[in-house]
Amino acid sequence: MSETEQLERSTRARSAPAAKPKPAVVLPEHIVEVISDSGEGAQRCGQSLAAIAARSGNGIWTVEIIPAEIQPPARSVAGASGIRIRIGAKQVTNGGDETDLAVAFNEQVLLGRVRAGELKPGATILLENAWREHRDAAIVKSFEDTVEALKKGGYRVIEIPLERECRALMTDARRGKNMFVLGMLCSIYSFDLQIGREQVALTFGKKDRSIIDSNVKLLEAGFAWAEANLDFKYAIPARKSAVAQVVTNGNTAIALGVLASGMDICAMYPITPATSASHYLSDCFEKVGGMVHQAEDEIAACAFAIGASYAGRCAVTITSGPGFSLKQEGLGLAVMAEIPLVVVNVQRGGPSTGQPTKVEQGDLLTAVYGSHGDAPKVVMAVSGIEDCFYSMITARKIAETFNMVVVVLSDASLATAQAPFPRPVFSEDWLAPPLDQSPLPAGAKPYDWDAVTGIARRFVPGQPGGMHTVTGLAHDRASKVAYDPAINEEGLRARSLKLAALQKTLKAPPVFGDPEGDLLVVGWGSTKGVIEEAVERLRAEGRKVSSLNLRFIQPMPSGIGEILRRFRKVMAVEGGWGDRLEDELIDENNRRYTALAMMLRSRFLVDVDCWSEARGQPIKPGNVVKALRAKLDEGR
Amino acid sequence: MARPLSQCIIKLHEEHHNLEDYQGGVPRWCNGCGDNAILAAVQRLCRDENLAPERTVFVSGIGCSSRFPHYMKTYGFHGIHGRAFPIAQGVKMARPDLNVFVNTGDGDCCSIGAAHWIHAIRYNMNMTVILHDNHVYGLTKKQASPTSPVGLRSNTTPRGSVLEALNPLTVTLGVQNVSFVAQAVDWIPELMYDIVSKAFHHRGFSFIRIIQRCPEFLPKMFEPWLHDPGKTLLLTHANGLQPSPELARTYKNQREHDPLDIHRAREIASTEDPIPVGVLYHNPEVPCYEDLRGAGGPRTVDAIRKGLEAEFDKFTFWPEAEGQDRAA
Repeated sequence: MSETEQLERSTRARSAPAAKPKPAVVLPEHIVEVISDSGEGAQRCGQSLAAIAARSGNGIWTVEIIPAEIQPPARSVAGASGIRIRIGAKQVTNGGDETDLAVAFNEQVLLGRVRAGELKPGATILLENAWREHRDAAIVKSFEDTVEALKKGGYRVIEIPLERECRALMTDARRGKNMFVLGMLCSIYSFDLQIGREQVALTFGKKDRSIIDSNVKLLEAGFAWAEANLDFKYAIPARKSAVAQVVTNGNTAIALGVLASGMDICAMYPITPATSASHYLSDCFEKVGGMVHQAEDEIAACAFAIGASYAGRCAVTITSGPGFSLKQEGLGLAVMAEIPLVVVNVQRGGPSTGQPTKVEQGDLLTAVYGSHGDAPKVVMAVSGIEDCFYSMITARKIAETFNMVVVVLSDASLATAQAPFPRPVFSEDWLAPPLDQSPLPAGAKPYDWDAVTGIARRFVPGQPGGMHTVTGLAHDRASKVAYDPAINEEGLRARSLKLAALQKTLKAPPVFGDPEGDLLVVGWGSTKGVIEEAVERLRAEGRKVSSLNLRFIQPMPSGIGEILRRFRKVMAVEGGWGDRLEDELIDENNRRYTALAMMLRSRFLVDVDCWSEARGQPIKPGNVVKALRAKLDEGR
Repeated sequence: MARPLSQCIIKLHEEHHNLEDYQGGVPRWCNGCGDNAILAAVQRLCRDENLAPERTVFVSGIGCSSRFPHYMKTYGFHGIHGRAFPIAQGVKMARPDLNVFVNTGDGDCCSIGAAHWIHAIRYNMNMTVILHDNHVYGLTKKQASPTSPVGLRSNTTPRGSVLEALNPLTVTLGVQNVSFVAQAVDWIPELMYDIVSKAFHHRGFSFIRIIQRCPEFLPKMFEPWLHDPGKTLLLTHANGLQPSPELARTYKNQREHDPLDIHRAREIASTEDPIPVGVLYHNPEVPCYEDLRGAGGPRTVDAIRKGLEAEFDKFTFWPEAEGQDRAA
């Protein structure tokens, strides 16, 4: 009997309608991923699953698996497109470790994930088996060999007849597999099929009723197939939230934040992975009198935003690494002329074009020290999806209160990750005050720097009596070009003092864990959830570890030095490059520390070590646990 | 900002401006620099049009000519090299109520800012743009610029520049959405004023190239034109320049040109000798970007609140019954 025949027999046998009810294995969490060729809808399937889980009351976090090309060749190891969803009984703050259960539409994209070490040893794999009957013998062989190898490697491979089942329901099976798989996963994770149906209706909400109906059919078929044919089932305890929750990714949250902050104009130029924030904003901003300007380049986007802010409408420019580099001269101008400006940098791998779709936290020092000369700017980092939203409101307020550039650092992991957060309750205080066009008193000066705070009242065109020319040249209080040494220092002092004035209003972030101990882990931005999870795991083992996530990096709030000194060891954990002491040439004389470690060392004179990864993927808590354990055991 | 009509009339009466109301710092340009003539023409225009100084913004880049805003007593933005256009666009988009002028040099506009220049023409935002074209970099001390004639000896081209000069008029006239292109020369101030005035009254991106002398680095560049009025071609038309009889007697080389004729405009723009002076192209029908893009919803607290709530609704899961365990 050929293998195909065997399979058909076994499938037929398992298709028997009278399936015994299966007891569900209760799990605290599970990581599932759906991978396919680009364009087969794996991401839509996964996003819908995540939404169903969230609606059911589970914690979720999604990580998109994005190939570098728009249409990579079909069935290629590098072409895996899909999504990983971590579903938990509690709130989930990061993508977690390796995958527990993978659904793959072909064996090649699966191989890509296996080779990258993204599947847990012994993980369950649900693999489309239409390839067994492919007319190309080479494909059949590749499929058979891969299945064989995976089984030998200890994976639990279950072949699923996706194509055959879907073809019974629609002519182009390729377009329906994703919703069939969604149904299967609803069954596997014991989700209420009705929530699934509602989600499908939401997912295809803009489409024709008939499209929703056919997708609901696919969902139901997938559910029924899994109920009848799979001999396992999981349940992850859930508790429905008592308050309304919104589920978005980080870039959408940034766009919503722009909307809520009262900023009027967003000037941008397309760049991955930042652009989706502007896509979303383009759709909703103009309805409320805002405007997204797609400029001819990054420099123009920055200059346009500066011009708009100068004229009294606070503007934001949203970009990623290469665009952020291009804007540096413009940022220097905004610093010098004291024009409020919000800049969002959704970081990606660098330097240069680097890894456009991948995760890295490599732009911290550019953000803090970028642009030539002394150009003090505020630098904030968002630590999660909810923070993406509120940080935009805070950034606009700071920019306009201190007439400063505020850089908000996000990154590729938050850009596409989805997680729920409580629906924000609108407050008028979020918005900018109305444009001040009141006449200025005689003799009023546009840079009448306050002796203590360095802050000067901003004059806006249209205000009688305020006429002056702003300039990037050194200038005096009247904005007159000045080469006088004392005046130059007066301006530098005022622009620098504003950071101190802001700093006095900031509070040190809370320590996660005990306030003292053996090791303090310091991170910034999107690694908050991962680091806290690693710390939690080690604390459960009795290790004396705590962590700190910095939201404000420039200026840094008071009290951080004291926190660092309460721990025997301090280590920064970041998603970027730092030299590693195991390299032969690297020693204390030449080691390039990671960005935050460098900043903490110089400010607090504390021996801050660093551990980092720049693998283009969100850091896994398991890797952080290993690094922290090694640090704790060091010198023992 | 809205005022009763009676108050507006009183205001109009009160707010009469003299030349001094537009005169800022004392210009630091060299004696004989064409920038001085342009400044005089623009200050005259502001007075004649009675522009409210507080509602007028001059935006510039970097270079000798970009010092211009400092010498006006209006609002001004002396920006960075090459970026005057996008800054001015931001100002205009945010505040269509302001009069926006741009002063830019041949290096600022045609070299480092060339990408912005092309797109500024496409956006066709309502602003008056003066290209101060003296064919050389002045502030950095005599380097060849994109509009330097081939063979120009400068500090970076000691054996003579090797590239043909870029023609700002043909470039501008070659871009979609072009709506106003004119040329003036600093040695005929009367016509310069007329052209700047025509440009100001055009609603759209009014581009004036002003050929001007640099007495410091290219003192003899335009001598043949100064000595021979026949080397200047006046473009006349009922919708363009109408030179005074005195001027017409001196500058006899004239041609009637309809500013709506873009093909003819491109042909004239290609002529370098004689230098054409007048309105080459004027199409009042080209839409402005700020009008195309500025028609969004009302910008009120209530509108923002409603808009935001509607967006949240798309992503919200409402609580159903009180929190209850599903599994376990």
